[in-house]
Amino acid sequence: MSEPHKETPEELDRANERPVDEAAPTGGAKLDEPNPSPVRGEEVLLEVDHVTLRFGGVVALNDVSFSLRKGEIFGLIGPNGAGKTTCFNAMTGVYRPTSGAIRFQGESVVGKKKHEITRGGIARTFQNVRLFPEMTALENVMVGADAHHKTSVISALFRLPRFWSEEKSGRARSIELLKFVGIVHRAGDVSRNLSYGEQRRLEIARALATNPTLLCLDEPAAGFNPAEKEELLQLIRKIRDTGVTVLLIEHDMRLVMGVTDRIVVLEFGKKIAEGTPAEVRDNPAVIAAYLGVPTDAA
Amino acid sequence: MTTTTEKATWRSSGGVRGWFGRQPGWVRGIIVLVSAILAFLLPYAAEVPLIGPQIVTEGIDWPSALFNMSYYVLLALGLNVVVGYAGLLDLGYVGFFAVGAYGTALLTSPDSVLYADTGWKWLMAVPVALALTMVAGLILGWPTLRLRGDYLAIVTLGFAEIIRIFATSTTTLRGDRGFASIPHPPGMWNGKPIFGVTDAVPYFWLGLVVIILVILGVRNLDRSRVGRSWLAIREDEEAAEIMGVRTIKYKLWAFAIGAFIGGLGGVLFAGEQGFINSQTFVLQFSILVLAGVVMGGSGNMAGAILGGALISYIPDRLRGISLGDTDLYEYRFALFGLVIIIIMVLRPQGLIPSRRRAMELKDREKEVAPQ
Ligand SMILES: Nc1ncnc2c1ncn2[C@@H]1O[C@H](COP(=O)(O)OP(=O)(O)OP(=O)(O)O)[C@@H](O)[C@H]1O
Ligand SMILES: [Mg+2]
Repeated sequence: MSEPHKETPEELDRANERPVDEAAPTGGAKLDEPNPSPVRGEEVLLEVDHVTLRFGGVVALNDVSFSLRKGEIFGLIGPNGAGKTTCFNAMTGVYRPTSGAIRFQGESVVGKKKHEITRGGIARTFQNVRLFPEMTALENVMVGADAHHKTSVISALFRLPRFWSEEKSGRARSIELLKFVGIVHRAGDVSRNLSYGEQRRLEIARALATNPTLLCLDEPAAGFNPAEKEELLQLIRKIRDTGVTVLLIEHDMRLVMGVTDRIVVLEFGKKIAEGTPAEVRDNPAVIAAYLGVPTDAA
Repeated sequence: MTTTTEKATWRSSGGVRGWFGRQPGWVRGIIVLVSAILAFLLPYAAEVPLIGPQIVTEGIDWPSALFNMSYYVLLALGLNVVVGYAGLLDLGYVGFFAVGAYGTALLTSPDSVLYADTGWKWLMAVPVALALTMVAGLILGWPTLRLRGDYLAIVTLGFAEIIRIFATSTTTLRGDRGFASIPHPPGMWNGKPIFGVTDAVPYFWLGLVVIILVILGVRNLDRSRVGRSWLAIREDEEAAEIMGVRTIKYKLWAFAIGAFIGGLGGVLFAGEQGFINSQTFVLQFSILVLAGVVMGGSGNMAGAILGGALISYIPDRLRGISLGDTDLYEYRFALFGLVIIIIMVLRPQGLIPSRRRAMELKDREKEVAPQ
């Protein structure tokens, strides 16, 4: 597939210097509207507490701390290699932090198995789409729905009542989710045959099928054109409106500014800024980071 | 509403599979039923004018050849679960066949050290032998959970060799001398035992019944959470786990179920032959079954059945045909290799590819084709 679109410095420059609604060619009037999350509370959902993660000599996360509140859309941004994906990986049990703690709903996720974390309520998508390519779109989503099912091998083998009821409800729910993300017409198609945009949506549906409290999206708009980005934005809001907290990694500054409630900015594994989109946008360290100017020179 | 979408895609695919998918449910039911009846009538294939005599084997009694096919098909079905569904490359599958056969022999043969205590009939030994193979499946599965691909293949290869060498060198398992007088399956008809020494037809039928039960069982698993989990593991193990699949559990189940089916082949084999020794379970056996699965179409039961039947049928059919002074059977592996190469060149996805596998290959073609 095509390379994920990365903002050029020029584009970012424009996004930063000018008011967002002028810069957005995407019917972006909506983008800069005040966008308070209706169900947002003060309750802390996820807490990243002084997390450091090293790969040999590379410090991918350096003493990073932030916390997510229930019901908000939270942005995690930063230039390439800043450690955003690594942060997701630490939260979902793929990597174990070298030091520090990650707590979800008050409980530590460090050392937990990946599938336990998922059942605990954190779902994610991947920067490079990782669907099950030979399974149909519907089957892909049903794998997610199975996360909370209890059908045993024995009840599947002998077609016991639990199998029928879970299969039926799982299927119905998966179809609902395919409708929700707008690709139900591809339900029976093998997922590798879906278009790139459809695959990204399918990944979101599959993650939602695990019934998450927190949904982590890793650059869901990468490679999208402006119209597709706008649609995605609507989808993210719709997801938030169902009560799911969203953690969003995104390169497109306009998209992040328009949809998020709060943002954390990483650079070289360090948190360099945190705040509302407006605060972050005007932060000189952030502008410098995005323009590739060393922070100390800014 | 989605079922219509699904059927629509299925319908659009060509070939026999596409045609079969387009038929209404009752037509498909009748086709399956008729094929099952025809399978039961296979021992009388020689009676069919013209083609019959071409099909049946010459150098080996036809019902015996059919029975051989039946346990090879069982092995292929079992290996298909491990390799085709869960994507775990197992080169030591014959090990489970051996455990099933040795389990039966140990419990029933007068040559066994256990005979004084057990001396069981065949049927009593079956569940114990099968439980034993499942345990063997877990024993192989547990330490290899973290391995994939080539590494798993090497370890499983070693596993089968360990079992064979163990059988050769321990006195309890009697090496070459083997176990004789393993009892046959029970049952009387007109005052004579159904399962005798001369007529292999009842054994073939028994094998067919077991195959049908296995097909139904595996199909039920495939079209459930279990099958989805296996496929997801095969496609992307880490992504599967992140989507909530308990990968360890389902990999162990794949090994245990595969082992169980292989063990079924083993107990049937022991019950028919009445004699087994360590020469029976050579490594070629595993490779052959794997070749059958791949040739037939990995990940698809119809393909595994066809592949399993062919790997047994082709060599048996070659028996008794002489070329110059030598029996063609002597060249069976050479000829067989040739047949496999031809099939894999002409149909890389296998004879009856899984629906998904076929699409994948088509896609690859599209990718490499100039735009
Ligand atoms: N498995 C790994 N082994 C070694 N180094 C790694 C590994 N994963 C990530 N890194 C390194 O950690 C740093 C952070 O990578 P990460 O993928 O988290 O960045 P990112 O912010 O997601 O960047 P991008 O915008 O390019 O996706 C990079 O220097 C990367 O090379
Ligand atoms: Mg990344």
